Amino acid sequence: MNLDFSDDQKLLQSEAQKFLQKEQSLQRSRDVLDGEQALDTDLWQQIIAMGWTGIRIPEQYDGLGLGHLELCVVAEELGRCLAPVPFSSSVYLFTEAIIKFASDAIKQDLLPKLVSGECVGTLAITEQLLAPTEHNINTQVANNKVSGTKIAVPDAGIATHSIVICKGVKGIDLRLVELTDHCNVQKQDTIDDSRGHFSIGLDNVDSLLVGGEGEGWELLQNLLDQAAVMFSFEQIGGAQATLDMATSYAQQRFAFGRAIGSYQAIKHKLADMYIKLTLAKSNSYYGAWALSTDSVELNVAAATARVSATQAFNYCSQENIQTHGGNGFTWEYDCHLFYRRAKLLSLNVGSLATWKEKLILGLEKTQTANVKQGV
Amino acid sequence: MNFNDSEQQAQFRTKCSTWLHDNAQRKTQAGSDNPHGKRDSSEFLNAARSWQKKKFDAGWAMLHWPKIYGGLEASPLERIIWGQEEAKFDVPQGIYEIGLGMAGPVMMQYATEQQKQRYLPPMAAGEEIWCQLFSEPSAGSDVAGLRSKAVQDGDDWIINGQKVWTSGAQFCDYGIIVVRHDPNVDKHAGMTFFFVDMKSPGIDIKPIKQITGGSSFNEVYFNDVRIPDSQRLGAIGDGWRVAITTLMNERLAVGDANGVDATEAFEWAQGQDDHGQALIQNHAVRESIADWYCQASGLKNTKLRTMSALSKGDTPGPEASITKVVSANKLQAIGNFGIDSLDMAGMLKTERSEVHDFHNAWLGSAGLRIAGGTDEILKNIIAERVLGLPQDPRADKGLAFKDIPSGK
Ligand SMILES: Cc1cc2nc3c(=O)[nH]c(=O)nc-3n(C[C@H](O)[C@H](O)[C@H](O)COP(=O)(O)OP(=O)(O)OC[C@H]3O[C@@H](n4cnc5c(N)ncnc54)[C@H](O)[C@@H]3O)c2cc1C
Ligand SMILES: Cc1cc2nc3c(=O)[nH]c(=O)nc-3n(C[C@H](O)[C@H](O)[C@H](O)COP(=O)(O)OP(=O)(O)OC[C@H]3O[C@@H](n4cnc5c(N)ncnc54)[C@H](O)[C@@H]3O)c2cc1C
Repeated sequence: MNLDFSDDQKLLQSEAQKFLQKEQSLQRSRDVLDGEQALDTDLWQQIIAMGWTGIRIPEQYDGLGLGHLELCVVAEELGRCLAPVPFSSSVYLFTEAIIKFASDAIKQDLLPKLVSGECVGTLAITEQLLAPTEHNINTQVANNKVSGTKIAVPDAGIATHSIVICKGVKGIDLRLVELTDHCNVQKQDTIDDSRGHFSIGLDNVDSLLVGGEGEGWELLQNLLDQAAVMFSFEQIGGAQATLDMATSYAQQRFAFGRAIGSYQAIKHKLADMYIKLTLAKSNSYYGAWALSTDSVELNVAAATARVSATQAFNYCSQENIQTHGGNGFTWEYDCHLFYRRAKLLSLNVGSLATWKEKLILGLEKTQTANVKQGV
Repeated sequence: MNFNDSEQQAQFRTKCSTWLHDNAQRKTQAGSDNPHGKRDSSEFLNAARSWQKKKFDAGWAMLHWPKIYGGLEASPLERIIWGQEEAKFDVPQGIYEIGLGMAGPVMMQYATEQQKQRYLPPMAAGEEIWCQLFSEPSAGSDVAGLRSKAVQDGDDWIINGQKVWTSGAQFCDYGIIVVRHDPNVDKHAGMTFFFVDMKSPGIDIKPIKQITGGSSFNEVYFNDVRIPDSQRLGAIGDGWRVAITTLMNERLAVGDANGVDATEAFEWAQGQDDHGQALIQNHAVRESIADWYCQASGLKNTKLRTMSALSKGDTPGPEASITKVVSANKLQAIGNFGIDSLDMAGMLKTERSEVHDFHNAWLGSAGLRIAGGTDEILKNIIAERVLGLPQDPRADKGLAFKDIPSGK
């Protein structure tokens, strides 16, 4: 029985934490939010130099050849300090899609460049102000040329490539597109401008098929399940940071002659934060196990991790503002940075409602499978 | 990361399950047909007694105890493995947990060697059942507010007062009790701890009818009851310290609120009709079940993290402290859901075992949120002990016990 990370993985995590603290990642996140940039290029370059973009990439393609568990511990640290870098788009989504579904030729071309940072990738799904489904994707692919408009695409400003979800002849396809000047990439304002999001206009742009033709929707679900686990680590990292902030503020702030942390309304609030965070953390560990072992339980495990991590970070970031009183509502205090990021992360691979539905569908599927096998 | 036992753990697990297979019935999926008789019945008590004896004879009863008292000197992890395996079998639970979980450790720590040899083996064998006499009418969450009086008289102490909510007192042989020997000092300083023969003259036990209709707890009156000083546990005035050791164990002993869970709610919703379609098609129901599933899974995985730490020889973190708050509240929500799903007919008691389980969950959870530390007290403990927030200001600080304001 070992539902825990190894000593090496914990070492990687503490190194990551030290590095991001030293580089003042949180301050950089605020600077990106305040400024015109869509990311912190310097921090991103340093992260590339540390080799994190290649954690999961096999050594034959210049990567570190490590596993998902190493990605999870790094994700927790990036989440704790709201790192303003395109790590999640390029690593959890794009790189994973290439590793899992792309041809050898594409791998040989792109994987080394993803390690070196020459290539940065993203995933373009959404088109309208509603949840994407297999039936409302309008971006078309014909003769390998893609046309359509995607919105809320993370990091498309710096990304050199994108996997684009398209409607093809046989159904949904995953299409690899190079984001050149021919693509109309425009920055969009979001609830958390510390992470850049963009619209992409594609007009007859060349593309390569990734994965089987017409199988794109299914592959996308698998990609999102995987990413949900890694995002859940970002979420528990952020939730832990807000619980720490709230706890320390509650110990130091006095009202009516005593520390506000001695009032039960605050104590019980913080205990509830701890409870939600603990449930989310334990479920994320389970998700990490399912991810790292490519378990058939991944879809249920990912949804479980996703739902509880979203609930934890939403709740913790919101009640952290409340605990800070008027200060919590100011731009100056960091509380809102976490509140924004919590909301962004709770949407980026699908909303809470979407993932609760996935969880129940997963349970229904497991049950049907069990009945068939006579379990 | 893996969920596999080490070779040694796997061997131990096989040993447990083999013995269980030979000696008990595996749980069926049908739910609680309860073959051991109604709780609080003598039939149930007898079934519990004989199961405990069987376990003791094979060494399983208190497997982490030293061999001289009937244990196997098993590691904490082996104890958890045994618990996991035993939970798969339909065995009578709920009679011995308090005695073994609370009185056991306190006797182990504070009794004399002679007393341990006399009392521990029959306790483990289930031949003598123990109860916990802490709560009083004026002292529940605030155990240290207790008033039962102890006055020294030669080699004896004379006890007068009343205990309440004492689970199992009606069939117990011994109890651990904390009483006030000195009301003139600070409340925590004026208490002393004993164990007492429940058949002593002057003890009067009156079962209390609970909201479930059953009577598993009691009022216990003490009228000039004599306890020999040799049955004192800890020094005079050390009662609070001894009680706290016990209360720490209580959180481990109480643990999970047993009963219907997310899986049962899910299966029920698949079979139950809701306005012409399966209840599971209702969106509100799907969302609620997803929430309970995440909580149940979170608790299960939290336990596995605790086990992982033990397995490596590390001290587990404080994460298990969330267990009772989460599980008791979840149980109450699921009980409500099940009953509500029957609409107007939800009020009826029926023969359907699932409906019976939902009714039990709905009523029983109300007690579980109180027993072994209320939700509010447990959240205070998380806030103060885990997060390090300051203690509540107290109206009883620095006062002699007799001068502390008291209410209802
Ligand atoms: C948008 C906005 C507009 C405002 N406008 C005005 C204005 O026009 N004029 C003006 O004078 N003020 C104004 N305020 C100030 C506002 O009244 C205070 O922010 C508020 O009273 C809380 O005080 P605080 O910020 O000092 O937080 P604190 O009092 O430090 O509270 C911090 C946290 O501790 C909790 N807490 C404190 N005491 C207790 C207790 N006894 N029991 C339980 N919990 C407790 C609080 O609920 C909060 O969660 C405004 C604030 C905001 C956010
Ligand atoms: C089924 C069951 C079995 C039990 N078995 C035993 C047993 O075997 N032996 C035994 O000794 N006792 C037993 N108890 C008693 C149990 O430990 C007490 O009921 C419990 O500690 C609460 O005490 P109380 O009932 O006096 O409620 P009170 O302490 O009066 O509490 C009333 C309400 O006030 C709240 N409250 C009290 N203090 C605070 C505070 N500081 N901050 C915030 N809220 C507060 C409580 O949370 C609760 O909601 C049992 C109880 C139950 C329900």
